[in-house]
Amino acid sequence: MVAHFPALLVIIPLIGAPICMLVRVRDWSWAVATICTWASFAISWLLLQQVISDGSISYQMGGWAPPIGIEYRIDMANAFVMLIVTGIGSVIMPYARESVRAEYGVRRVYFFYTSYLLCFCGLLGVAATGDAFNLFVFLEINSLATYVLVGMGKDRRALTAAYQYLVLGTIGATFIVIGIGLLYAETGTLNMYDLADRIEKVGASRTIGAAFAFLVVGISLKLALFPLHLWLPNAYTYAPSMVSAFLAATATKVAVYVLLRFLFSVFNIELTFDVLPLDYIFAALAVIAMFAASTVAIFQENLKRMLAYSSVAQIGYIVLGISLHNAAGVTASVLHLFNHAIIKGGMFLALGCIVYRLGTVNIHHLQGIGRRMPLTTAALVTGGLGLIGVPLTAGFVSKWYLVIAAIEKGWWPLGLLVLLSSLLAVVYVWRIVEVAYMKPVPENAEQVEEAPSSLLFPTFILIGASIYFGIDTDLPLDAAIETAKQLTGNGE
Amino acid sequence: MFLEYFNYWIVVFLMMAGFYIVIAHDNLIKKIVGLNIFQASVFVLYISFGKITGGTAPIIAEGFSVYSNPLPHVLILTAIVVGVATTALGLALVVRINEAYGTIEDDEIHKADEEED
Repeated sequence: MVAHFPALLVIIPLIGAPICMLVRVRDWSWAVATICTWASFAISWLLLQQVISDGSISYQMGGWAPPIGIEYRIDMANAFVMLIVTGIGSVIMPYARESVRAEYGVRRVYFFYTSYLLCFCGLLGVAATGDAFNLFVFLEINSLATYVLVGMGKDRRALTAAYQYLVLGTIGATFIVIGIGLLYAETGTLNMYDLADRIEKVGASRTIGAAFAFLVVGISLKLALFPLHLWLPNAYTYAPSMVSAFLAATATKVAVYVLLRFLFSVFNIELTFDVLPLDYIFAALAVIAMFAASTVAIFQENLKRMLAYSSVAQIGYIVLGISLHNAAGVTASVLHLFNHAIIKGGMFLALGCIVYRLGTVNIHHLQGIGRRMPLTTAALVTGGLGLIGVPLTAGFVSKWYLVIAAIEKGWWPLGLLVLLSSLLAVVYVWRIVEVAYMKPVPENAEQVEEAPSSLLFPTFILIGASIYFGIDTDLPLDAAIETAKQLTGNGE
Repeated sequence: MFLEYFNYWIVVFLMMAGFYIVIAHDNLIKKIVGLNIFQASVFVLYISFGKITGGTAPIIAEGFSVYSNPLPHVLILTAIVVGVATTALGLALVVRINEAYGTIEDDEIHKADEEED
């Protein structure tokens, strides 16, 4: 049983999905989805413990030895990412029941949870697998389910958002397949660890260079690196609240993991950053993302869209850490990946509470919301403090490490830019505070209660976690340091 | 030079043509067609480098010792399935968009959205 954990982690949600489809009585499909999510969370927790104590785990799918067979290789990096994905999923599921009922209805709710489980399964598969083509297949399982989930939004613009995401996502995925194909043509293997060995022997041939370019562009599209982020704002804005929270916290994070895996494990550091000037390209794009996306966020009237643009900016911080390509920079990236997942997840859940009661998150309709829904607004603003990076929040810790890493690398102006761009976050978070607390409640406003506790509780868990991990940083920091050591140590 | 790499020229041509259709056309169905052409080029690419000169179909038989590499074929079978699923989902979304907006032209949908705001 324990030996099969890496496979079970992916198989449980994969089997859960068709079961959801069959269980059509009321919202029992929700119960199936929740049990699968919690089971995956328990397994990923145990896997992380196992990796910490015994080192990385190699699982041979069907008993076929790699590199011929498909290998699942669990090491620190993906064990940590899988813990984030399953952890966020486990917190969001209790929230989903009421929220989805309000926004999507109960009649065909089993479609919703089937798609959710497939999306969840795809994310875990991408993280767990050690086979490049298998990664593409899981990426597509996840992407297709995501398009469906986005298209389930109430507004008709959810459909166009899903369509736009489908077109751009497919182009990204096809670029990834081209890259993998070229790697296979040059080396004759698909296993990532075998690939790493053989690429080192081949060196920077033209085929490897082309494969690298296709992979980086394809993955950057999936993780919404500026200027390839165009699908993200609409998708997050019009998707159902639970989906926005889940995607913002997990989908782009897994794409960042894929980028780390290819840059550091498959291609080695010398090839990635010395032969090809990727560090300068990434640093430049990350800085533009930090400033441009934050500036656009300031002018948004729809708060979900504001958070979506803020996500693009936060991805900038994560990529900036990668571009430094030293242990400190990657530590900061992985740490920010974790912190941003809980902060942004929590904030989208808080917005979902407002949608549940008011049906809108347009800033003009939220005047005096701080007095009408005090708990929800407090959660939203606390999350906002984390986005800015105020001390004692998780956002502060990762930005601190990012600035230190930039200085250590000798690129201190980048550290300064991180601080300056945080001021832009102050502006957009302040807009929420101003509307919520300083504006009077409109006289014709109908009486609204606080959101039900099944919605508030998960919101507070994630927001509370963002404070907790700002004070007690042991768990994410240790994991991030180990991950960085393992990834950057590969090429040395 | 040209004939030797004939397959690859076709791949590049199809790839660019498909990509151009996705970007340049406003009609949502034509975009899907473009996406399909784009994906088909990758299928040809994979199959092309699975070919070994003088190799036969990868079935063990007497008198043959050189076989084409079957792995790219298998991979592309998977990719074709993914492509079909994407096309089906894309077309389903177009049907829903047509129901909601009464049009499948990108610019008209955009206009309808702006009027709503």
